[in-house]
Amino acid sequence: MADLIKLTAAEIAAKIASGEVTAVEVTEAHLARIEAVDEKVHAFLHVDREGALAQARAVDEKKARGEKLGPLAGVPLALKDIFTTEGMPTTVGSKILEGWIPPYDATLTKRLKAADVVILGKTNMDEFAMGSSTENSAYGPTGNPWDLTRIPGGSGGGSSAALAAYEAPLAIGTDTGGSIRQPAAVTGTVGVKPTYGAVSRYGMVAFSSSLDQGGPCARTVLDAALLHEAIAGHDELDSTSIDAPVPAVVEAARNGDVRGMRIGVVKEFAGEGYQAGVMQRFNESVEVLRELGAEIVEISCPSFDKALAAYYLIAPSECSSNLARFDAMRYGLRVGDDGTKSAEDVTALTREAGFGDEVKRRIILGTYALSSGYYDAYYGSAQKVRTLITRDFEKAFEQVEVLISPTTPTTAFPIGERADDPMAMYLADLCTIPTNLAGNAAMSLPCGLAPEDGLPVGLQIIAPAMADDRLYKVGAAVEAAFTARWGHPLLEEAPAL
Amino acid sequence: MTVTELVSYEDALATYDPVMGLEVHVELGTKTKMFCGCATTLGADANSQTCPTCLGLPGSLPVVNAIGIESAIKIGLALNCSIAEWCRFARKNYFYPDMPKNFQTSQYDEPIAFDGYLDVQLEDGEVFRVQIERAHMEEDTGKSTHVGGATGRIHGASHSLLDYNRAGIPLIEIVTKPIEGAGERAPEVAKAYVAELRELIKALNVSEARMEMGQMRCDVNLSLRPKGVEKFGTRSETKNVNSLRSVERAARFEIQRHAAVLSAGGTIIQETRHFHEEDGSTTAGRIKDNAEDYRYFPEPDLVPVAPAREWVEELRAALPELPRVRRNRLREEWGISAHDMQSILNAGAVDLITATVDAGADSASARKWWMGELARRANEDGVEPAALPITPEQVARITVLVAEGSLNDKLARQTIEGVLAGEGDPDTVVDKRGLKVVSDEGALGTAVDEAIEANAAIADKIRGGKVAAAGALVGAVMKATRGQADAARVRELILEKLGVEG
Repeated sequence: MADLIKLTAAEIAAKIASGEVTAVEVTEAHLARIEAVDEKVHAFLHVDREGALAQARAVDEKKARGEKLGPLAGVPLALKDIFTTEGMPTTVGSKILEGWIPPYDATLTKRLKAADVVILGKTNMDEFAMGSSTENSAYGPTGNPWDLTRIPGGSGGGSSAALAAYEAPLAIGTDTGGSIRQPAAVTGTVGVKPTYGAVSRYGMVAFSSSLDQGGPCARTVLDAALLHEAIAGHDELDSTSIDAPVPAVVEAARNGDVRGMRIGVVKEFAGEGYQAGVMQRFNESVEVLRELGAEIVEISCPSFDKALAAYYLIAPSECSSNLARFDAMRYGLRVGDDGTKSAEDVTALTREAGFGDEVKRRIILGTYALSSGYYDAYYGSAQKVRTLITRDFEKAFEQVEVLISPTTPTTAFPIGERADDPMAMYLADLCTIPTNLAGNAAMSLPCGLAPEDGLPVGLQIIAPAMADDRLYKVGAAVEAAFTARWGHPLLEEAPAL
Repeated sequence: MTVTELVSYEDALATYDPVMGLEVHVELGTKTKMFCGCATTLGADANSQTCPTCLGLPGSLPVVNAIGIESAIKIGLALNCSIAEWCRFARKNYFYPDMPKNFQTSQYDEPIAFDGYLDVQLEDGEVFRVQIERAHMEEDTGKSTHVGGATGRIHGASHSLLDYNRAGIPLIEIVTKPIEGAGERAPEVAKAYVAELRELIKALNVSEARMEMGQMRCDVNLSLRPKGVEKFGTRSETKNVNSLRSVERAARFEIQRHAAVLSAGGTIIQETRHFHEEDGSTTAGRIKDNAEDYRYFPEPDLVPVAPAREWVEELRAALPELPRVRRNRLREEWGISAHDMQSILNAGAVDLITATVDAGADSASARKWWMGELARRANEDGVEPAALPITPEQVARITVLVAEGSLNDKLARQTIEGVLAGEGDPDTVVDKRGLKVVSDEGALGTAVDEAIEANAAIADKIRGGKVAAAGALVGAVMKATRGQADAARVRELILEKLGVEG
């Protein structure tokens, strides 16, 4: 059983399809692992033992009936607690939704179920996906399996930690400013932010609607591609969903190759604030790509240095509107409703108790930025920066097929270190944010351990919108080269829990 | 609440010049809501027509109703507006318990239709052009019922009930430019504008526009400025004025109230006002200072609306005849005065008369019945003429029976009575009640002879040239035939028998 948890999703699916193991055995192995380690890791907010086993049994019954199984049938998955799940709690890491049982499934949840993916439960996250460390969860932090005293990244720290702790071979994240890629980088796993609109947002609790994008998290590039294919595709319930065929990501992941490819190194993502070991591993990655036959060129994206500022106007602005609905009227937490207080008082008391500091900070920031008289200076200017960043990408992609950079300037920092310093925390997303602002696709995958702290470093690959397959083609080639160099997947170097 | 001493309407207009702005919300008659697939049927159980999207549940997203867009464009075109080549929805952020998301998905600086006009005809036939600023799309809110208070308002209520069936129903908001130059006729223009708009909406078949059902709601913004002054005064916004008569009364009341305040040296506060049907007055609502900030920004959950020019032209080509044009055409066809046409309009009988003519009646007879007997019955029963249990086809049949001499006026009236009483169609009623005109010349001749014999003195007068006296003999014959004779024919026979030229 112990071996089952180390398998990749592709391997698990193959073993179930061949009858070597049952889906129930696989699910039980992962549930046992969760039982054994999650007290320490705290990747999960909710484990749906019965539901997962029921799903697994259904897969085994299908198999017994001789029905054809999908490519991920019976594979367990950890779902970020931001997607609605009918009958299963969805908290978004916030007290304000404590106890809320959604009456409907997100489109992504539906697609996972349709693909016979077994949903183990819901993973921890920064409240409303606002944060880079999962410390902003109202339900306590998650530990990084590489060092439980350090952060697993955020906002999707629960999903990345679940992968790194072998609690699940697949996970779902959402990426508004780096919440899939940065956790992947600091936990030595793979995470992809697909092109904006590739994965339906219907049923994904909104933080910043124009930036939010769900995507796959896994331990290998191929697994991420298999999951990508299962969740992507047009959804008529999401107006911003792309109505075009999903790029052939699985095929790309099976045929990693960079020969003859022009790859750009983003000049601006280096220098002050970048940890030496991070730059060392990144530079090695550049050499590896060169050795694999890619042509490396330096690319300048001059507007990227304004990305963080623009992001922290747009995301809070949209969130201030998106979160206005949490007013204690219809669902979730209600504080002070003792018959003596007005509706306004109950709303105020509920928000006071239900929202954490970071959420309040962003609501206030966004409310201010949208105010009449300030709109043009703040929200308006930020949108102009967004256009400039998009143009930088367009120019870059005229010269190269993909761009690369470190995913995050540093490795995992200790829990508590940046908790009182929002600016330091925001810098964790320096390299990931431009992609969200422009709406194109990016991946983070492991490229080694930083010598000074022995912690994972992520390599970010950025592709143009709708060319998500390039991420997998490049990622698979890099992954294969590094695995050969290390002699094993990077995660095997993580200490035992 | 301080009761304002009003200035007389004439005095107010002697000193001040009113400027109005009218904002009309129309609920579209689409089968589904603006941003989700929920039904829009009126009168369903509370919250039975809701889904995650119109309840604003976390994670839900809107999708635009294409029929809603089409309806908005039709309205824009009929109002002579330009149609945006590209426009977006915007979020209007404010808090209210019956608004599920605490923002309304609306349009802000990029309305779907803008810069148009609507020509409205006043009762005397004068045409007044009302300039249209914009028509934009938005969604309705839910409905609050405040329980336990005396007034039905939230103040003093012990609790409130929320029904979200209405939340997300498509609305079109039509905003005029400031209406200047109407002078003393401002209230009349306001009423005529709303009436014309309602006719237009109905003709476009995009809404039933029933004001009493809240399908069309009007806000009357009004300010006064001293005559000869260019700058607008401070306005008041009288909300939810929901009948044509009320629109006129609200404008009139506000003119008198503003004039009273201004004449006394006071200043008008920019505020919303509640209109009271009972006495036509308004009372203060909430103060609208410039601090009110909706923090509009483009709705990121919806893609921009970019109606193809070809489609817009197709819609333009398919627009129905506009109500004013149709009315003027019918007036000419029917050969009646503007005043008569206005009476028909006020009675809500244009479509009924048209349908009756289409069913074979001549227009004069159709008008006569709908504006006479049937209008009176509708009035007595307190219903619209259209709601009477008689169809234009049945009325047409009756006029045909009259024209061919089978019925006279009196019998026709009895036939209508029978139809209204549910006794069947006109022919059935005529049969059952035995209402056919006596046209047997022999029987009629006998009756005439008997009448002459019984009224020898009158017969002599007639012989002597007093033709007018024939009426008394006609009456006698009609009485003898229990009204079933054709009176004109009776008269002819009498004169014939007495050897007098009619």
